[in-house]
Amino acid sequence: MSNPTYTVIFYLFAAITVCSAAFVVFTRNVIYSAFSLLFTFFGVAALYVFLSADFIAVTQVVVYVGGILVLLLFGVMFTNSIMQGQKSEVLHIIPGTLLLVGMIGAMLYTFYTTHGWMPSETTLQGSIVERIGFETMSRYVLPFEMVSILLLAALIGAAFLARFDKSSK
Amino acid sequence: MEQLTTIGLNHYLTISAFLLGFGLFAVMTRKNAIVVLMGVELILNAANINFLAFSKYNGGMEGVMFALFVIVIAAAEAAIALAIVINIYKIFKSVDVSSIDSLKE
Repeated sequence: MSNPTYTVIFYLFAAITVCSAAFVVFTRNVIYSAFSLLFTFFGVAALYVFLSADFIAVTQVVVYVGGILVLLLFGVMFTNSIMQGQKSEVLHIIPGTLLLVGMIGAMLYTFYTTHGWMPSETTLQGSIVERIGFETMSRYVLPFEMVSILLLAALIGAAFLARFDKSSK
Repeated sequence: MEQLTTIGLNHYLTISAFLLGFGLFAVMTRKNAIVVLMGVELILNAANINFLAFSKYNGGMEGVMFALFVIVIAAAEAAIALAIVINIYKIFKSVDVSSIDSLKE
C-alpha cells in the first residue's frame, strides 16, 4: 500500500513510539519514564491499527494504559518519597550500551538480509473482531479459559501479597 | 525509495527491534525496580508487534490470538511484580535492585 498519506501517518506513529521508548529508557526521572511510557503504548496501539488488528489496539489501550500504566504509576508514587527525589541511578552502563547496540544491529541485520519473507496473497484486511470471536470460542477455547483462571489467581495472589500485615503493627 | 514508501513487514520488524533493544537496556542498566518493569513491558510490546505483523502478512489468526494472550499475561505479570516490589519496599525501605543483596555472602 503506497498511499502517501498512509505512509506519512505510519512514520509519524513509528517516530512517536521509538522516540518515547528511548525517552523511557534514557531519562533519569522515574515519573518522566512513566508518562513517556503512555505515549509508547498509544503509538504501539496505533501500529496495531495499521496491522488491521483493531480489537487488539483497543485492548492495548484499555489494559496497558488503563491498567498496567496506572499500576506502575502507583508503584512509583508509593515507593519514592518526594523528598528524596525521583532520580534513579544506572549501573552497568557500558555492557548495557553494548547489548543495546549489538541487539538492535544483529536483529536489523537479520531482518534486512533475510530475503525469505513471502507475504501471503490473502493478508488480513478490514476488521477482525468477528474472526477473533469465532477463534476464541472454537480453536482457542481451552487456552482462553486457562488464561482467565490464571489472571484470576494472579490478581488474588497480588492482593494477598500486597496487603498490609495487621499482626506486625 | 520504493522500500521506504511502501509499508511492509520490515518496517514493523524494525520498530520492534528498537523496542526490544531499549527494553533490554532498561532491564540491564536501571537500578529502580519499577523502571526495570517498564523495560519488561517494552519487550512484551515488541514481541506483540512481531506477532501481529507476521499474522497480518501471513493471513492467519494465530498471531492475533497469541498477542491477546500475551496482553493478559502481561497484566498478570505487572500485578504480581508490583506486589513483590511493594513488599521489597516494606522490608528494605528501597526499590534499588542493586542494594537488595541480603542473600549474598
